Amino acid sequence: MKFVDEFRDPKMAKAVLEQIHAVIKEIPKAQQQPLQIMEVCGGHTHSIFRYGLEQLLPKEIELVHGPGCPVCVLPMGRVDDCVAIAEQPDVIFTTFGDAMRVPGSKKSLQQAKADGCDVRMVYSPMDALALAIANPDKRVVFFGLGFETTMPSTALTVKQAKVQGIDNFFLFCNHITIIPTIKAILDSPDMYIDGFLGPGHVSMVIGQKPYEFVSRHYDRPLVVSGFEPLDVLQSIHMLLLQIRDGEARIENQYKRIVPDGGNTQALQAVAEVFELREFFEWRGLGSIDHSGVQIREGYAAFDAEKQFTLPNLKIADPKSCQCGEVLKGVIKPWQCKVFGKQCTPETPLGALMVSTEGACSAYHSYGRIDAVNM
Amino acid sequence: MCLGIPGQIVEIVDAEQMLAMVDVCGVKREVNLACVLAEAADAGSLIGRWTLVHVGFAMSLIDEQEAQKTLELLAEFGEMEEELAAIRNTGA
Ligand code: SF4
Repeated sequence: MKFVDEFRDPKMAKAVLEQIHAVIKEIPKAQQQPLQIMEVCGGHTHSIFRYGLEQLLPKEIELVHGPGCPVCVLPMGRVDDCVAIAEQPDVIFTTFGDAMRVPGSKKSLQQAKADGCDVRMVYSPMDALALAIANPDKRVVFFGLGFETTMPSTALTVKQAKVQGIDNFFLFCNHITIIPTIKAILDSPDMYIDGFLGPGHVSMVIGQKPYEFVSRHYDRPLVVSGFEPLDVLQSIHMLLLQIRDGEARIENQYKRIVPDGGNTQALQAVAEVFELREFFEWRGLGSIDHSGVQIREGYAAFDAEKQFTLPNLKIADPKSCQCGEVLKGVIKPWQCKVFGKQCTPETPLGALMVSTEGACSAYHSYGRIDAVNM
Repeated sequence: MCLGIPGQIVEIVDAEQMLAMVDVCGVKREVNLACVLAEAADAGSLIGRWTLVHVGFAMSLIDEQEAQKTLELLAEFGEMEEELAAIRNTGA
């Protein structure tokens, strides 16, 4: 337990770790093969690497880093679409900073900007709307991405644009949804997950109910978890107790932020503006049914996909990238052939190296040498 | 983007459009309150409350202790500066 002293409450952390080490001994299955516990959210991935939690856990637990980093699962073709929009005349293309460096097949948005396109980083979709109001002779496009955490903000912004009658604001919608993604993971023949750490802030919006199928149909437990290292440890302990007792329930460790029913206002705005797509393409995971949303007919005037001509091509990832295998937990980041060599946070080949929530970047920044030698 | 950042609501800018000024570590920023208004009698009663801000929207009300803990976590993640720089950045 060498890194526990860095925790804000080392005593508590030690106590929870001791409980985890005790409970795991009472789970016969884990003695044959490590339990696979997936953290779905990139925020958890970051926490796990930052605090070296993997090394503190018993060897009977293997953490599988899930696809919950929206920047990391963005396929190359979508980045190409962004660049194609940005290259149109009279366009101001706006994006969260996280997405600037994601490689497309030819260039990233950052490179497009260097080549003369008007690409601007904004903090909020509301800033993009303000730019549209301030620049009536330009077409301002906002690159909307993220899970349910950021979906309400773009929905509310589009609603606002409609109320104010702004006709030069467009949303390029790349929002993705968590539930079909978890379902795809559960249905994948490549992996068997014994339990899930549920995403904290997505759950703050959607509540707990949507996860019920995980226990009901797949007989697996899920614990919605906070981001503090102690939260993650407590949630793992809660999962283990359920597994030991042969239970599969949805529990909420993050009650202080996540109301059982989610956020009604946020959900209403999302339902009014967005509808499910038939399928959405994910980097490394392929196409997942109903895993993305698009703008409803009533808001089509704000839909960049309808108002711009896009290449909309499916582009395969470079051969040397093993992002898909890392995303599915089949290999660990450092086992990728180009990890730390051609692919680094400064020169990312794959998107998992771009965002600090991506497993490769988190591992590259905080990776401990003993794990590499495992 | 996904972790958000806590801030304190200091002023209602436009009650009709549900906009408030929020103080995030000394940086003032206009934030949309639409998602937290149901929890309050009226916008004015939210002054002084802490909220978790995601991309310019208040997504939930939190207590001060939780706010401080989250700020410390972000600082430890090394994401505080990045987030504050983003908040200052309006794309202008
Ligand atoms: S090291 Fe780079 S190429 Fe390999 S899986 Fe990670 S992000 Fe993808």
